[in-house]
Amino acid sequence: MVLPDVPATATQRYGYFDHDADLGIEACGATPEAAMEAAAEAMFAVMTDLAALRPEQQLELDFDEADPELALVTWLNLLLAEAQSRRLVWCRFRLRREGSRWHGEAAGQPWTAELERGVEVKGATLTQLSLTPQEGGWRARCVVDV
Amino acid sequence: MMDIARLRQAGPYEWTLPPSAGEGGGEVRLFADAELLRGMDDKVLEQIRNVARLPGLVGAAMTMPDAHWGYGFPIGGVAAFDADAGGVVSAGGVGFDISCGIRCLRTDLSWEQLAPQRHHLADSLFREIPAGVGEEGRLRLSVRELEQVMRQGAHWAVAQGFGPADDLPYIEERGCVGGAEPDWVSDLAKKRQLGEMGTLGSGNHYLEVQVVDRIHDEAAAAAFGLRVGQVLVSIHCGSRGLGHQIGTDYLLLLAKSAASLGLTLPDRELACAPIRSDVGQHYLGAMNSAINCALANRQILAALTRGVLARYWPSARLDTLFDVSHNTCKVERHRVEGRERTLYVHRKGATRAFGPGHAGLPDAYQAVGQPVIIGGSMGTGSYILAGNPPEQNRAFASASHGAGRAMSRHQALKFWHGRQLVDELAARGILIRSGSLRGVAEEAPGAYKDVDRVAEVTEAAGLARRVAFLRPKICIKG
Repeated sequence: MVLPDVPATATQRYGYFDHDADLGIEACGATPEAAMEAAAEAMFAVMTDLAALRPEQQLELDFDEADPELALVTWLNLLLAEAQSRRLVWCRFRLRREGSRWHGEAAGQPWTAELERGVEVKGATLTQLSLTPQEGGWRARCVVDV
Repeated sequence: MMDIARLRQAGPYEWTLPPSAGEGGGEVRLFADAELLRGMDDKVLEQIRNVARLPGLVGAAMTMPDAHWGYGFPIGGVAAFDADAGGVVSAGGVGFDISCGIRCLRTDLSWEQLAPQRHHLADSLFREIPAGVGEEGRLRLSVRELEQVMRQGAHWAVAQGFGPADDLPYIEERGCVGGAEPDWVSDLAKKRQLGEMGTLGSGNHYLEVQVVDRIHDEAAAAAFGLRVGQVLVSIHCGSRGLGHQIGTDYLLLLAKSAASLGLTLPDRELACAPIRSDVGQHYLGAMNSAINCALANRQILAALTRGVLARYWPSARLDTLFDVSHNTCKVERHRVEGRERTLYVHRKGATRAFGPGHAGLPDAYQAVGQPVIIGGSMGTGSYILAGNPPEQNRAFASASHGAGRAMSRHQALKFWHGRQLVDELAARGILIRSGSLRGVAEEAPGAYKDVDRVAEVTEAAGLARRVAFLRPKICIKG
């Protein structure tokens, strides 16, 4: 399992940066929502090879958050919680926003013996958290606790 | 790399950070030698300086010799707060893996007795101990049962038949911390834990079969029941999904509440609330619930381990030497400037280390102090130390908890490959069993600081004294 370096680019939607104890994820997209979708991919790619997954089970979730950076952390942590409590791993993500209301969708499959095992992510933290505009889009960054 | 020119050396193994003009905040104290300090990221200094700015800090914000850059607090950070002085409780000062810790079990077997079966034992442990991302435990609890776990800790596990009551005195808080309030734990946190009891997790969590390689302190070793050649088993894990979700829930809640509580946070990750506030009390009730969950989890894993060993050595003993927690905020009495005070001691990646005579210790350890476990990497070894009295330990009875990372996980993946590491360690007589070769590579021995130096400095700084060094023989990784 290879974890690409930052920077994330249009062709490499996400990458990883150094943190002593844990792992930094960085993702980019044309919109804040697209960058947050890519951040979710980056986080679940720490746990397994997403290309090997089938999107056979669906999740819909809604939350309110006015602060887009805190929305990024909330989005990632809700996905983690739902994945762990259902024994699933997500591979596809979609996020939409109306004001402070966020609507997310994810798809994935249950863990099976055949799936490559990476490392469990315990939570997305507020450390080095940012969601910032960049040329041609948006960049999302945060450190996840593993 | 830390610029130690910014520090003032206050003793052979103590350093302080003089406050910058206009910055304010309390004292910063780092326990380490120059070499260990230079090996730390400068962000350790930034993070502990931020901790020193939180209200109600008593004494100094401190780092242990194994400190490294964390989130909010540095890993290896210790800070005590007084509720009567407006002190705070910080979710960032405890972290996501609440009460992550080590249960150390002492067998009456020698390595010579065990060695012929080591491959079978490694395979059996790997099969029977649920470990790694996506693995579920064999227990499935109802919410009501989980709430009992949160209130009763290891006592619940013992009542369900997971090990003897004899274990309980040898667990911090005698197996159950007070102040747990499951009503302040979210439904989502409870849902995450229903299938997680008796699981090891991944990352730096492990179950390790070790052999006592050398004794540093004969008297303390005798009190702990240790002798050279003896086999021990150490289990490193925490409160699993419950603790992760409590950390997640309260980190955001406290970060958002800070302004309304009159707090200006130097770092959002230091999310905290006054201890006397409603939200502060709610966090403490939830955090204590997670501590009890972790104590029960390690009790169950100890019982599973006993079951595996009994297949090969039916009459072997497997007694609890001690069970320490790392990521906690605990209410303790400490003497500060001649006065006994009740303090909320945050230890983030640090071990409680009560000295001889402390009322919190079992009778067997009254003369020598609390066993302190420094868990090292799977290729080097671990130490058992003993707590010192407050005259020597000036860190609110705290000490190092591990070797401490010297290299990020991301960097480690560039230097090592899991399969190669497993083979190299096997050639050195260390059997690794893991479902994640990536996890093995991230935990490469070379990614950690020199555990010998961390233990030496821990002793030299007066935090705890070395009792025994343990060499790894079998390591089950998640």
